[in-house]
Amino acid sequence: MKILYFAWLRAKAGLSEETVSLPPGVEDIAGLIEWMRGRGANFAEAFEDPALVRAAVNQDFARPDHPVTDDDEVAFFPPITGGGEGGAGP
Amino acid sequence: MIRLQREAFDAGAEIAALIEGRTDIGAVVSFTGYVRCESGGRAITSMTLEHYPGMTEKKLAAIEAEARERWPLDASLIVHRHGRLAPGEPIVLVVCASSHRDAAFDAARFLIDWLKTKAPFWKLEEGGDGANWVEARRDDDEAAKRWRKD
Repeated sequence: MKILYFAWLRAKAGLSEETVSLPPGVEDIAGLIEWMRGRGANFAEAFEDPALVRAAVNQDFARPDHPVTDDDEVAFFPPITGGGEGGAGP
Repeated sequence: MIRLQREAFDAGAEIAALIEGRTDIGAVVSFTGYVRCESGGRAITSMTLEHYPGMTEKKLAAIEAEARERWPLDASLIVHRHGRLAPGEPIVLVVCASSHRDAAFDAARFLIDWLKTKAPFWKLEEGGDGANWVEARRDDDEAAKRWRKD
């Protein structure tokens, strides 16, 4: 499967794109995140708090229970902050 | 129509091109978002918009299609920039044209509220104290929720 990373997840993981084989036992996004957390220090940091991680499967937003297969394009990113007038905070 | 680009845009020229030769349009409403020089009390020197190529175009087109299904629009346009922008530069333009103003106002508001929470963009702000990824805003979620049908 193709995996893409965006924004601070990309910065923390240290790469923007890679191709991996579906790890044994992984069936959904939640499982893939759990597997990521065990891949090494940079991935452990990027996926430290799964509540901050959003995902897409084949370019549609996907919840943690969304299934994943070897043919999928999966993306991980923080909550989106597009459009509108720039600037953060209240 | 949707467009994703690095270059700046001229909102007036975009509107003129969208309705050129049309005599059925009675109302045009547009919104332009700009990069501010300050963010939560912090001085900003640049904002970089990262996006998900492929998914971004798909989501912008879906958001526009949803607006055209909900309101009787005669023309519509979304222009969204990506890359590194300076304070004062335009980020996004939405334009809605209809025979009457109500549809144009409502659809324009809908487009900007929805694309803030449904199009895959992320903002990195740089200032004197370093770079900072912008966090999602709760009131953006609230603004988008107003348009939910369920």
